[in-house]
Amino acid sequence: MEENKTKMVAPPDGVTGEGFFATKLSDVVGLARANSLWPLPFATSCCGIEFMATMASHYDLARFGSERVSFSPRQADMLLVMGTISKKMAPILRQVYEQMSEPRWVIAVGACATSGGIFDTYSVLQGIDKVIPVDVYVPGCPPRPEQIVQGVMQLQELVKNESVRRRNSPEYKELLASYNL
Amino acid sequence: MALETVHIQEKLTQQFGENVFRFEMQRDIFSFEANASIIHAVIQFLKEEEELNFHFLTDLAAVHYPDNDADHQFAVVYQLHNWVENTRIRVRAYLNENPVIDTITDLFLSANWMEREAFDFYGVDFKGHPQLKRILNMDEMESFPLRKEFPMEDGGRTDKDDRFFGRTTVNC
Amino acid sequence: MSDLLLTPEHRYAKIIESRRNEDGSELSILNLGPTHPATHGIFQNILLMDGERILDAEPTIGYIHRAFEKIAENRAFYQINVLTDRMNYCSSPINNMAWWMTVEKLLNIEVPKRAQYLRVIVMELARIADHIICNSILGVDTGAYTGFLYVFQFREKIYEIYEEICGARLTTNMGRIGGFEREWSEEAFKKLNAFLDEFPAVWKEFENLFERNRIFIDRTVNVGPISAERAMQYGFTGPNLRAAGIDYDVRKAAPYSSYEDFEFDIPVGQSGDTYDRFCVRNAEVWESLSIIRQALAKLPEGPYHADVPDYYLPPKEDVYHNMESLIYHFKIVMGEVPVPVEEIYHSVEAGNGELGFYLIADGSRTPYRLKFRRPCYIYYQAYPEMIKGAMLSDAIVILSSLNVIAGELDA
Repeated sequence: MEENKTKMVAPPDGVTGEGFFATKLSDVVGLARANSLWPLPFATSCCGIEFMATMASHYDLARFGSERVSFSPRQADMLLVMGTISKKMAPILRQVYEQMSEPRWVIAVGACATSGGIFDTYSVLQGIDKVIPVDVYVPGCPPRPEQIVQGVMQLQELVKNESVRRRNSPEYKELLASYNL
Repeated sequence: MALETVHIQEKLTQQFGENVFRFEMQRDIFSFEANASIIHAVIQFLKEEEELNFHFLTDLAAVHYPDNDADHQFAVVYQLHNWVENTRIRVRAYLNENPVIDTITDLFLSANWMEREAFDFYGVDFKGHPQLKRILNMDEMESFPLRKEFPMEDGGRTDKDDRFFGRTTVNC
Repeated sequence: MSDLLLTPEHRYAKIIESRRNEDGSELSILNLGPTHPATHGIFQNILLMDGERILDAEPTIGYIHRAFEKIAENRAFYQINVLTDRMNYCSSPINNMAWWMTVEKLLNIEVPKRAQYLRVIVMELARIADHIICNSILGVDTGAYTGFLYVFQFREKIYEIYEEICGARLTTNMGRIGGFEREWSEEAFKKLNAFLDEFPAVWKEFENLFERNRIFIDRTVNVGPISAERAMQYGFTGPNLRAAGIDYDVRKAAPYSSYEDFEFDIPVGQSGDTYDRFCVRNAEVWESLSIIRQALAKLPEGPYHADVPDYYLPPKEDVYHNMESLIYHFKIVMGEVPVPVEEIYHSVEAGNGELGFYLIADGSRTPYRLKFRRPCYIYYQAYPEMIKGAMLSDAIVILSSLNVIAGELDA
């Protein structure tokens, strides 16, 4: 028999007994959230094509619990901003972010979304963190699909360890206030 | 029978006389200059004259020459193509610092956005254009960004220090 | 943002009002985009709708305007390649090669036969990759996701070939002035041959899935047709023009990079509708495959770049160990090489049509003016006319079949 190569996610710290397993609620919530992140692809240019490759058969982002690409911001957890955001586009990006419900996370994929990239010009926003808060930055121009997957995995790590109460904390409110959100 | 450049030149001078000049071969494309006031008639002639038949507008570009004299501050360059004879031609019209020129949208539908782009980037005013407003930049924008006096970078940005990029230090 | 807010003075508001008074009909306004999931890219259209039918459309573009032309005026010739990559990112090698050929035309550089043939191979590969995206996404928009997954695997294989050639996948930045940066590896040819062996069967299967598929035919035949005359007026080139029945192809009209050495046909359609555009692209993939095979069979031996030390960056190892290379490297990077004062227009047949570079050189290391003739920008003007009278869902299909790439549209 071939050895089973399937790997299970390690359970969080807790007490195991016969027929029961006790752990902290926040750990379970984090685990559940991290493995069912619904992405909202906000693809504007080149990186969007790489994201298509990430979603397609070869790299298959669905393996990480992101099977359902949610095009409605209302039902999405993770906003993937891929490609150049011009100043004309910035208010729309903000609007999309505002429509997302908490908890929400943002990944800036690629150099343009991160810092404006090679487009240091009058028409390009120099990084989306000028208008919305960002959790994970993925470098590359464009990043390879592996890198995008890595970015999603990094975000999963964040999500797993996030306190359930973080979104109510004064620090978080202050962060949003600094963006006028 | 190929379309001879001499032949094109003859026809044009016959029709427009002094208003078309500086005929030359710019590498593989025959090109000439026309007075801006008659540009519509020239393009129409090139398009509709049976033998010339330049029926396809390949490209329309505006160019800014700040170092030229006052009457040659801007140029609008038209490139036409005759697919039957496979001949290209380039027409160029110079404008002064208040660039105004006739539109050719009634001749070529494709000229519509090309002219809007030229307006957006250089502020060239195409008289008679059906909807001359900005196309790529925001409507609120005031400058014409591709004119040479405007810098490439956004002056208001805070995260990049130009001294480290080896660029000019005009912006803060 | 003014376009997003429809004031009572807006002409649509007036039309709605007058129609209501006239025959009591309720017209509505629909804002499609700029981040609509069904439009692949950033396109905004404000539609005037009568139920499901589109009466009028008002496109707004420029949502990813990045000022390529302004950047190009501030970059040395060999640095502009990076910009061309990001213009039509579905087929960047074509853009790269087109740019190098423009510069070579300016500098009067004769490229060796081998480099020309290699360029043809990589350009045709890029064309295949471009058409794979367009046609498979058209399939997705008509409800057939399977075809997309089938052929996208082979897009990955094309990426792997690019990687062997230049190290990058999507934005390739391939080549140099005068040829390639290095000889193609054994592995590249092996992967290319494997691709040529495996791909035809898959593409045949893809065609079979769609071309006689009842649903697909119902969704595409007679949807968004454009006549040859209108297409020409609107400045169409490439597959979209050929679908309307005009056999204009830059590869035949003004052969570049030894295209005259190869036998290939120009597939044309008849009615210029979505189905014809789909079929023309399908047929072009077969022609591209045939060109690649011919080029591989006839591939001459010889150098992979022209001997122009004034413009061709020397290999990095030589720069460290060889005085002459160091000098040339310095001269190129500092811009101390002679450049003629001339105006050049060079165009190639890109995935979407005639991609042209109009370059005005004033003898300095940067272009004085560089105008990109971007096929998408020019033919997207026709989109409002094409969707007039169509259903809303047809508008999406028409948009995918035109293969408008946002990066190229907005430059």
